[in-house]
Amino acid sequence: MPRGDPVTLPTLVLDEESTVGLGELCRAAHISAERLMAMVAEGLVEPLGKGPPAEWRFAAVAVTRIRTALRLQRDLEVNLAGAALALDLLDEVRRLRAQVRTLEHRLRCGSD
Amino acid sequence: MEFKDYYRTLGLERDASQEDVKRAYRRLARKFHPDVSKEPDAEERFKEVNEAYEVLKDPEKRAAYDRLGSEWKTGQEFRPPPDWDAGFEFRGGGFTDAGAGGFSDFFEALFGARGPFAGAHGARGRGFQGEDHHAKILIGLEDAYHGTTRQIQLEVPAVDAHGRLVRKTRTLQVRIPKGVTEGQQIRLAGQGGPGAGGGPAGDLYLEIAFRPHPQFEAHGRDIHVTLPITPWEAALGARVQAPTLGGPVDLQIPPGSQSGRKLRLKGRGLPGRTPGDQYVTLQIVTPPADTEPARRIYEQMARTFRFDPRARQGG
Repeated sequence: MPRGDPVTLPTLVLDEESTVGLGELCRAAHISAERLMAMVAEGLVEPLGKGPPAEWRFAAVAVTRIRTALRLQRDLEVNLAGAALALDLLDEVRRLRAQVRTLEHRLRCGSD
Repeated sequence: MEFKDYYRTLGLERDASQEDVKRAYRRLARKFHPDVSKEPDAEERFKEVNEAYEVLKDPEKRAAYDRLGSEWKTGQEFRPPPDWDAGFEFRGGGFTDAGAGGFSDFFEALFGARGPFAGAHGARGRGFQGEDHHAKILIGLEDAYHGTTRQIQLEVPAVDAHGRLVRKTRTLQVRIPKGVTEGQQIRLAGQGGPGAGGGPAGDLYLEIAFRPHPQFEAHGRDIHVTLPITPWEAALGARVQAPTLGGPVDLQIPPGSQSGRKLRLKGRGLPGRTPGDQYVTLQIVTPPADTEPARRIYEQMARTFRFDPRARQGG
């Protein structure tokens, strides 16, 4: 690795706004296209818009979703449907926790 | 190194059946899985549970471990006896499949890459991809608002000229785009662990965490701030300056405002395709009655207002 001033590396923010194609998503998650297709079929991740798989785009947050699903499958030995269910429930828990935080904040400020 | 009591980690007696081991592991893995758990030390506990299971699930490793005897307690200073693995035939392969790295020195000494159990791990197939690495990056809310470039230093294991394992510091320059939120991840392709046998390097994932801000609090993309105002600004209404991450803005306080009233500054939160809002909570601060004229004004207010804020509370 060359010494000296480090170069600024390209970054991808894994949010709802950035998008990735099928190839990049497979590379990032270290999975085959077939395995990704199975995840799409399970509704674990959803391509944006319609079109043939070669043109599929996904919200970049799909990388996080797939990687979490793979960890759950590996560590807890749940199947794909179970991982998809856990992910949906985790999203719901996160949403509710954020809501609790906002409500607690509102209570603390004694408003509304 | 410290001895690890794997039975205690899984909450088991030493005579537990393989079924018991599996059941205990499953239960604890669900409880402490870092993706699922909210326990503050989930990651640490999950690692311990996995390490224990890695040994106890495998009858050969378990038998070798049991041979160390039951006198040991977790945390006790431990050196493996020179012949501790004699008389066992170990199979290679299928080893530390639970993400390998991160196990204790104790585990590494007994079952790790240099130990007698070192098998096909790392050698399966040719050219496999390096491990993905994870790190947290702490940034200020201003950085999230404006975007920033950060130098981060990562400690990475490397092999030196003598074939010894050493830790090297690697410096990376990372651009953090504006509008990132707490907990969001950023992927740096190819910046993880090196691949082997010509395989590509893994990726580096950075998780965004916000440094606590003295003024602002972020909830997703929304920003919350408390704004102190005077009683007359609250009663009469006023145009005041309110701080936002993008700089101060004019804020109209409606007449008759009370403490706790929340005003919204649309689109003044963290930027994005749908930018967050800023919520300003008013907090009325009364000036001290520490001079004679000030006292007189308060006394006059007491006479002028027939005001009892507790009237509706009874008692």
